[in-house]
Amino acid sequence: MPEATGTRFRPPEADAQGRFGAFGGRFVPETLMAPLEELSRAYKDARRDPAFRRELDDLLKNYAGRPTPLTYAKRLSESLGGARIFLKREDLLHTGAHKINNALGQALLTVRMGKTRVIAETGAGQHGVAAATACALLGLSCVVYMGAVDVERQALNVYRMKLLGATVVPVMGGTRTLKDAINEAMRDWVASTATTHYILGSVLGPHPFPTMVRDFQSVIGREALVQSRRTLGRLPDVLVACVGGGSNAIGLFREFLPFREVEMVGVEAGGRSLAPGEHAARFGQGSIGVLHGTRTLILQDADGQVLPTHSISAGLDYPAVGPEHARLAELGRTRYVSVSDEAALAAFHRLAEAEGIIPALETAHAVAWAIAEAPRRPKSAALVVNLSGRGDKDVVSVARREGVTL
Amino acid sequence: MRRIGRAFAVAKVSGRAALVVFVEAGDPDLATTRRLLPALAESGADVLELGIPFSDPLADGPVIQRASERALASGTTLAAALALLAELRATGFAAPVVVFSYANPILAMGEAEFAQRAAEAGADGVLVTDLPPEEGRGFASILKSAKLDPVYLVAPTSPDERIRRAGSLSRGFLYVVSRAGITGTRAELPEGLSALVGRVRENVPRLPVAVGFGVSTSTQVRAVAAMADGVVVGSAVVTAMEEAVKDGRDPVEAGADLVRALAAATTKG
Repeated sequence: MPEATGTRFRPPEADAQGRFGAFGGRFVPETLMAPLEELSRAYKDARRDPAFRRELDDLLKNYAGRPTPLTYAKRLSESLGGARIFLKREDLLHTGAHKINNALGQALLTVRMGKTRVIAETGAGQHGVAAATACALLGLSCVVYMGAVDVERQALNVYRMKLLGATVVPVMGGTRTLKDAINEAMRDWVASTATTHYILGSVLGPHPFPTMVRDFQSVIGREALVQSRRTLGRLPDVLVACVGGGSNAIGLFREFLPFREVEMVGVEAGGRSLAPGEHAARFGQGSIGVLHGTRTLILQDADGQVLPTHSISAGLDYPAVGPEHARLAELGRTRYVSVSDEAALAAFHRLAEAEGIIPALETAHAVAWAIAEAPRRPKSAALVVNLSGRGDKDVVSVARREGVTL
Repeated sequence: MRRIGRAFAVAKVSGRAALVVFVEAGDPDLATTRRLLPALAESGADVLELGIPFSDPLADGPVIQRASERALASGTTLAAALALLAELRATGFAAPVVVFSYANPILAMGEAEFAQRAAEAGADGVLVTDLPPEEGRGFASILKSAKLDPVYLVAPTSPDERIRRAGSLSRGFLYVVSRAGITGTRAELPEGLSALVGRVRENVPRLPVAVGFGVSTSTQVRAVAAMADGVVVGSAVVTAMEEAVKDGRDPVEAGADLVRALAAATTKG
């Protein structure tokens, strides 16, 4: 497909209140308003400072391992007999997932703001590991809040964080998953903003987090755009990424947004079924509400109570989605589908066997959609899957689920 | 003058600070709350804050988190809490009540619908923890046209300009968060509290100022009463009720006993 030259799509930008249309904003206790304002200023200032960008670029290249390759999944594509599938290899980054892009950016910002302590939330543990890593690198103290259920299912990452010098606090409240870890991190931050920066791990939360995290992750799409032109001689037909909060997805999508000919698909956790509490499919089943400081699509009951969620992958097990995704969907620029636990697990195995790449269970949701979609498209079509993380952390839980004793 | 303002004015002429007491609606069930509100008013609470339980109370410490979980487990909703208030008003219960909620239950009901139902139920004021003036400017007008008093929070981190804005949107009283942090009892009052209250008064001379977060003992109430027009106590009362339930005693009696003791400490020395 030649690159269309017609009208380009204008990517949404947050206004001064951090709103993307009706989504976003700052729904937080008063105590956090001034610190968020301070963070917005510090970030704006850093963004404009060439020295900050140089330092971050240097860390991304020489510490984290950027740029990541765009790998043609030849055996997988040929076995499916349709579109060619390419993998943007964020799994090859230091710490094993895209989360390090944002963690390094925000850790540098922490130092710049003169703060010495970092807190973070984590679901699958990938963001917690990335934050702990960035803190070790820059000499910051680090506390990671993690739901007690996730501590159990991601034991390997818990120990990794401890090895990196971080303190991991299991959260016993609520559903004991990612949502409750964010609650607890916010509670810490309300009392500690003077010394502490909260490195939020996804495009969630009050302004400026959704914008800031997106900017730090947009390096994925900037590279992928150049790589697509070089490899394919054009832009890809479809981008696909899994969506928990949505940071890897927006990181891949953002740079491609102006090009209307590039289709974009976000894949949510379809879980066990689409019954309430059994999934995390916010676009199919959610409605507009406020959670964790932002107005967005959330899974809630008629009384505005947030519903429990389920996913085989801890990183997608979250009842809200980043406000910019909600806006992009409303504008019809992106679309969202869900993939079940079973399909994700099958894709986990298939990619391992066909390509020698074990994806994270989160990522496996995007792979599963690509596997189902590729045969429906011609061989000339190109799909880019954001291979957002590697699956080492999931090996033990997959083995357990399949009755294998290690 | 409206009911909340009157309560503060009456306290002032009596030479004491108004005692504002927070309880969670439906903790452990609505039948308890029905007995509790009149009992607390009779025991010396000048204004009652009726907390609406929420699944994700990120501004609250463990005590109110547990209360919220108990209330949700017993099926308490915003609509049910308002219905309870309406029932109490029908029996002649006349103490001022501020509905204290997170934003999402109110947004789920619809802001205008909520304002109308809260006013019909006999609420006097509304405080939404996670709806700062920037997000709630339209909401304050909705409340005022329903004849409800919007109450905003100011914190130690709030610059003067934000304090003035909160003051201009609020009616009845302005809520001063004593320290940067979540709700819950603390051993000591924060050091800079009197300076903070002074700064709030300079910026908002026309409204009574009530101080809450971490105020739990008679000694603390006495200290706060000396500097502010109102003292807010929440977690201490919720804890007294929680312990009573655990010991098989009546939580309403336990709550009322504590409020009586705290009310005695509101006299300005």
